[in-house]
Amino acid sequence: MISRADVENVAALARLHLTDEELDLMEGQLSRILEAIAVLQDVDTSMVGPTASVLPLENVMREDIPSDAGRLTRAAALGNAPLREGDHLRVPLVLKEGR
Amino acid sequence: MSELPLADRTISEIAPLLEAGELSSRDLVEACLDRIDRDAGRLNTFLAVGAEQALEAADIADGARADGVRAPLLGIPYALKDIFVTRALNEDGQPDGGLPTTAGSRILAGYLSPYASDAEDRMAAAGAILLGKTNCDEFAMGSSNENSAYGPVHNPWDETLVPGGSSGGSSVAVASGQAFFATGTDTGGSIRQPAALSGVVGMKPTYGRVSRYGMVAFASSLDQCGPFGRSVRDVALVLGTLAGHDPRDSTCVDVPVPDYLAALDGEVRGLRLGVPREFFVEGLEAGVETAVRAAIDTLAAAGADIVDVSLPSTDKGLATYYIITPAEASANLARYDGIRYGASAGVDDLLENYRLTRGAGFGLEVKRRIILGTYALSAGYYDAYYLKAQQVRTLIKAEFDEVLSSVDALLAPTSPSVAFKIGAKTDDPLLMYLNDACTLPVNIAGLPGISVPCGLSDGLPVGFQVIGRAFDESTVLRVADAYERRAGFTELRPPTAHD
Repeated sequence: MISRADVENVAALARLHLTDEELDLMEGQLSRILEAIAVLQDVDTSMVGPTASVLPLENVMREDIPSDAGRLTRAAALGNAPLREGDHLRVPLVLKEGR
Repeated sequence: MSELPLADRTISEIAPLLEAGELSSRDLVEACLDRIDRDAGRLNTFLAVGAEQALEAADIADGARADGVRAPLLGIPYALKDIFVTRALNEDGQPDGGLPTTAGSRILAGYLSPYASDAEDRMAAAGAILLGKTNCDEFAMGSSNENSAYGPVHNPWDETLVPGGSSGGSSVAVASGQAFFATGTDTGGSIRQPAALSGVVGMKPTYGRVSRYGMVAFASSLDQCGPFGRSVRDVALVLGTLAGHDPRDSTCVDVPVPDYLAALDGEVRGLRLGVPREFFVEGLEAGVETAVRAAIDTLAAAGADIVDVSLPSTDKGLATYYIITPAEASANLARYDGIRYGASAGVDDLLENYRLTRGAGFGLEVKRRIILGTYALSAGYYDAYYLKAQQVRTLIKAEFDEVLSSVDALLAPTSPSVAFKIGAKTDDPLLMYLNDACTLPVNIAGLPGISVPCGLSDGLPVGFQVIGRAFDESTVLRVADAYERRAGFTELRPPTAHD
C-alpha cells in the first residue's frame, strides 16, 4: 500500500532524516495504520461539511494600539538560539555561490 | 479526619488546617519533597524539581497568610506537566532560576522559556507553589508515558506497569503524594486515561474553556489543559482557577466561569444520564466493565435516571483522530528547525541542518506521526484523508449534540483496560492507539469529560468517565462528586502511600 519510496518522499517533505532502520519500520507500520484508517471511506459524507474547529470562531478585532504586554526583549527572544551573531540569529547559507 | 499521611490528603482536608494555623505551607512542601526524593529513582515522575524555590515560596505564602492574605490555592504545592512553559530567562536573556521546559523531547533539552504559560501565571496568582515539571510522552504523543526521551514513568500501584499517558508524570505525582494537584493536557485522553490507570481524578474541560497559551502544541484543534486531583472537589477547585478568558489564546472563549464548588451538592435526582452502548467496546476488560457498571448502578441508586443511548459513529473515532492529530502535529512541529531555539545539528547546509536536527531530536513516535500527518496532508491525498476525517468529525460531534439534547451527561469507561506492563505495546502502534478509544471521541466533539476512580480490578485502579455538554463542566463535576461521596473510594491510594 505504501512503498519505501513513499516514506522517503514524505520524510523529505517533512524535512526529517530517517535512518534505514526507521524507513523499514515506518514502511510496514504506516501501511497497517493506513489500512485501519481506511474505515472512513465507508462513511457517507456526501452531504456533510468539514469541522476544522468545534468552536464557532470569528475574527477577534481590537484597536491597533501598540502594547508591551507579552513583548520579549531582544536578549530574551535570542536567549535559546543555537547560533548567534551579535543581536542576530545565525542561519546556514540559503543560496550558495554559483547558483 | 483522614488517617492518611499528610502528603496523601486532599486539598479540601488540609485547607482548614492551614487556615487554623495547625499546618504551614512549608509542612506541605516538605512532605511533597520527601516523597519526590523517596520516589525519584523508582517512579521517574519529575523532569525538573525546584526545591529551594518551592520552600522559599512556602515561607512567603505562610507570611502572606499571617498577614491576612487569602487566595484559592494559597500555599498549596503542585506540579506542571513539562509541556507548560515556565519562565526561566530574564529580560537580559539570562537564566533567572526558573525551571526548564522539555515537552519530554530531546529537541528541547535545556530550553529556558522567556515567558510563562497562562497556567503558570494563574497558579501563581492563586498562591499555589510550583514544585516541578512532570515527565510526559514526547510532545504529549502517547498513552503509556514510554515515549518520553527521559525514560518511562512507573505506576506506583506496580512499578512494572505504565501509569498511562501522556500526562503520566502528573497522574503519578498526585497518586503518590508528590504533589497535591497537577496540570495535564488532553488531546485524545492524555489526562483522563492516566488518571484512570493511576487511581486519581482527572478532567479535560471543554475545548476553549482554559487557555492554551504557553502549552507546547500537539494538535491545536483538540489540545486542552486540565487538572489532576485526589478528589472531584479538589479538581473543581483547581479548574475554577485555570478556567477563564485569555486574549493571548484566540481559541479561549470569553464565557463566564461559574462557581464549580457550588455545583457539588451531592444530588443527582432528576438528572438523566445516558450510557452510550458503543463505548462498551470490544476488548473492554471484564473487570473494568464490572467496576464501571457498578458505578452506573450507584448513580441509579442515588436517584439518577439512567438511559441507554447510542453514538453510532464511535467506532470511526480512532481513524478520525489518527488523521487529524498527526496532520496538525506535523504542521505544529515544523517550528523545530534548529535555528531559533532547541537543539541544532550545526551543519552548514540549511536543508541538511533541518533534516539532521529533526532526525536526531525527535523520538520514534513523533517521527511516525510527522510522517503520517505529512502523508495525509500531501498533494493528492488531502481530500481522501484530512478532508474526509474533518467531515466524519462533523458527524461524530452531531451525534453527541443530539444525544446530549435529551440527557444531562454521559457515563462510560475511561480506558478499556487497567494499567499494562511497560514494553507490552511499544512494538504495535495500533494496539497502543486503542487505549484511547473511549476518550478521544470526547476531544473530537470538544466536550468536557472527567475520569473518576471506581474501584480496583485485580488490585489495579479503574476509572469511569462523565461526559457533559460544551461549557457545562458544572454538571459533569456534580455527577462525579455525587458518585464519589457514595462510592467510598476517596482514600484509594497506592500501597506505597503507607510506607
